[in-house]
Amino acid sequence: MAKQSSQEIFTLGVWSDNPVFRQLIGICSALAVTNSLTNSMIMGIGLTFVTALSSFTISAIRQFTPKHIRMMVQVLIIAAYVIMVDIFLKAYLPEFSKTLGAYVGLIITNCIIMGRAEAFAQKNRPIASFLDGVANGIGYTVVLLFIAFFRELMGFGTLFGFQILGDWWTSWTIMIMPPSAFFLLAIVIWITHNIQDKKKSEVAKQ
Amino acid sequence: MIELNPMVIFIAAIFTNNMILSNFLGMCSFVAVSKEINTSLGLGQAVTFVLAATSIINYLVYHYILVPYNLEFLRFIIFIISIAAFVQLIEMIMEKYIPNLYYALGIFLPLITVNCAILGVSLFMIIREYSFLQSFAFAVGSGIGWTMAIVALAGIRQRLKRATVPKGLEGPGITLIVTGLMAMAFIGFSGIVQIQ
Repeated sequence: MAKQSSQEIFTLGVWSDNPVFRQLIGICSALAVTNSLTNSMIMGIGLTFVTALSSFTISAIRQFTPKHIRMMVQVLIIAAYVIMVDIFLKAYLPEFSKTLGAYVGLIITNCIIMGRAEAFAQKNRPIASFLDGVANGIGYTVVLLFIAFFRELMGFGTLFGFQILGDWWTSWTIMIMPPSAFFLLAIVIWITHNIQDKKKSEVAKQ
Repeated sequence: MIELNPMVIFIAAIFTNNMILSNFLGMCSFVAVSKEINTSLGLGQAVTFVLAATSIINYLVYHYILVPYNLEFLRFIIFIISIAAFVQLIEMIMEKYIPNLYYALGIFLPLITVNCAILGVSLFMIIREYSFLQSFAFAVGSGIGWTMAIVALAGIRQRLKRATVPKGLEGPGITLIVTGLMAMAFIGFSGIVQIQ
């Protein structure tokens, strides 16, 4: 792989190779926590932290890791960082730790982290891997926040817990229930695929 | 916590608290593998089996090793290791004694390690403080519910191949919409039994 500039890494991670709507990985938690903006924000920050640091660590020790046990090593590194996030949340934000519940632990099995470790951190230098982790984390967070914005606004009439819409607004209960998460993610995929296809065909014309 | 009959948990895990449709766990393989009924049925069986076994192992490890030594914070690492080790073990045993099933499930077995449903069930049973029987019922029920959802989706997707779909929605997009509709249908079950 040719060496990429940090700017390229960012556009790839956040937009053109976005983990959620382009590669469709790591959506388990993307769907589960998006009924409130605050939860999505915490989840996004947690995931960005874990992805960035585990990519960095995996990349730093990549020359000393035997090929056939690297999966195990990667899982252990990821799990160690997830435990840090979990303990931090329990200590400083106990309420959110309770609402997010098992989903913090499930960051371990989030395919984004494993995917970046395999696809990028194995072949690149630690600093680049760190940036790549941050970029993918941001890409994930942006999609999460986008979905959560609509779900929270239409489901509760609030944003980040503050009342935005007045009494005239009838809350759409469906928005806080699971199906809406699937529909909204499908819509996000639809819109972004259309935009990206259009760009591609324009490039092809020129 | 109210004592729930394991049977109630079993039914709830299949219908009202379905792993995919209400907890969103195991989505990755759900979207990727649900193209044909046969393969998704195979994966579903493997997941159910691993779920049942790892829930027993993790329950015992958590309550008899981690809790007495105050090591609860290590549970993420311990659970993921025991799941990975178990999957590896099953792979070796199956290859030796039941090669037919091994080749039928072949590629799916290693994938199961990173299936969030497995780790999710282990974490949920700790958080919800289930007893041993309850955990087992929950795990088996979740596995069956997961299998049911993925087989149903595979059936719909096989039909969908003949339909015309808007360009940007092809592939993952339409799959998610179908899943959303299935989730809506499953809301109809809510109220039969209640857990959590």
